[in-house]
Amino acid sequence: MSDQITHTQHHIKLSEESLQKQTTTLNLGPTHPATHGVFQNIMEIDGERVIKTEQTVGYIHRAFEKIAERRPYYQVTPLTDRLNYCSSPINNMGWHMTIEKLLGLKLPKRVEYLRVIIMELSRIADHLVCNSVVAVDTGALTPFTYVFQFREKIYEIFEEVCGSRLTTNIGRVGGFERNFSVASIEKLHSFVETFPKMMKEFENLLNRNRIFMDRCIGAGPISAERALNYGFTGPNLRAAGVDYDVRVAQPYSSYEDFDFKIPVGTVGDVYDRYMVRNDEMWESLSIIKQAITKINKIEAEFPDQKNVFYAPEADHFHIPPKQDVYTKMEALIFHFKIIMGEIDAPAGEVYHSVEGGNGELGFYLISDGGRTPYRLHFRRPCFIYYQGYPEMVEGGLLSDAIITLSSLNVIAGELDA
Amino acid sequence: MTNEIIKNRLTEKFGEHLSGWEEPFGLLTVNVAASMNLKVLQFLFDDEQLRFRFMTDLTGVHFPERKGEELCVVYHLHNMVDGIRLRLKAYVPVEKPDIFTATKLYSTANWMERETYDFFGINFIGHPNLVRILNVDDMDYFPMRKEYEMEDPTRRDKDDEMFGRG
Repeated sequence: MSDQITHTQHHIKLSEESLQKQTTTLNLGPTHPATHGVFQNIMEIDGERVIKTEQTVGYIHRAFEKIAERRPYYQVTPLTDRLNYCSSPINNMGWHMTIEKLLGLKLPKRVEYLRVIIMELSRIADHLVCNSVVAVDTGALTPFTYVFQFREKIYEIFEEVCGSRLTTNIGRVGGFERNFSVASIEKLHSFVETFPKMMKEFENLLNRNRIFMDRCIGAGPISAERALNYGFTGPNLRAAGVDYDVRVAQPYSSYEDFDFKIPVGTVGDVYDRYMVRNDEMWESLSIIKQAITKINKIEAEFPDQKNVFYAPEADHFHIPPKQDVYTKMEALIFHFKIIMGEIDAPAGEVYHSVEGGNGELGFYLISDGGRTPYRLHFRRPCFIYYQGYPEMVEGGLLSDAIITLSSLNVIAGELDA
Repeated sequence: MTNEIIKNRLTEKFGEHLSGWEEPFGLLTVNVAASMNLKVLQFLFDDEQLRFRFMTDLTGVHFPERKGEELCVVYHLHNMVDGIRLRLKAYVPVEKPDIFTATKLYSTANWMERETYDFFGINFIGHPNLVRILNVDDMDYFPMRKEYEMEDPTRRDKDDEMFGRG
């Protein structure tokens, strides 16, 4: 039987063009274990060299911008969760800050610091995933198992604060849905204490690991000039040597009160991106520590501040606590009014950006005074820098192309919106 | 670098092609004639004083009630050296939505223009590969235009008045 199969003559007619062709066409994706998401790259390869690559995007396009035109402001928040789902709290808070900018709300310092804590935690979670996946793609699976335990700890903090883990829908316009519980503060402290040990171990395993360095150094480089022209932001731009960080350039949520460094690389290759992300995690940890100290100081000075978790001026935008909604008529009516978007926002045009896990996450909102955005556009860093990918991998090896893709941290949800 | 300097510099050079100066939330906004968009962008890019060499965002908006200028292309530019942003808007009619591409100036405009074409049907003249990007290739309409409704049109509870309009 097996003899028959091996000796069967093939009568597939190939076109003259493909018979003449000296290169191979390779479909990397849409579903491929090495792409970590729905990405398709149609590559022309000559042996191991990538000659040309063409991306196909839009596999998980969900028309968020169109949907948002028919959703009251609070109902847009769950849509933002699904952009960069590795760091959804940053997206949620960026969106809430956009509305706050439109409404002209000023938040109490304690609330802003709490936000900073949550945003920096999600930045750590985002970078942990990216860097450990770079390691997996170079063949080192162990560090990945180490760091995921800590991503889990971060998710437990989110769960304690807002009730969900991955797509968080965290916070409200003007602050948080409820005050941080005792358990969440405890979990935060335990994270801050235990994280450095793991992080050092992770760095020991990889940073000066000969195999890892040989695989990463020089793979997928991009110059600062090209990166800027391609609209790179975030760690990928900083790895190329440009110290642009929205947290410093246009501080929001009181980032100007914190003392932190912006790590930069030099040549923008995989190793630089990896190192920049690692250093950023240390900086994030230091920001979290500073924020805890600042909050403790505020609470020691003004004990009544302990219960402040949203801006008093945002009262008409703040959803009442759930137990009140179930037991008090006014609270139920108010909850319904807010969720159904019975509260109009002023007309205006806002662009607000935050430093997301992958770069400048912008919200361009046009409000015509209605209950929904007239137009909402997300400036999604992944979508913008993914177009630079061919330039980074062409001429390199196929295996370098794969680690370049994972070190860019392209998230399919953010790419396709 | 302040909004005032940018405004004066641009008025000096392109006075008659610019209109509708605004500063919503501190972000300088100006309408530019659609035929002049590339010239203005080039000037903003090259000028040693202005240095708007980073394109943050490019998108479209549909205003069906603005007759003769229904579609709007919005550019967000950034001068990273001085940390200042600028918003340019160019209006084009829906019957002939032609505007020049900025791809040669900013590589990042490539996909953003494709996206804007995909959703609003704006024709970027000179674009190297103006095809749909997020939607399926054989789609024959531009879904972000306002005439395509999100909801089932038979539902009264999703009327415009329920959303504070009309």
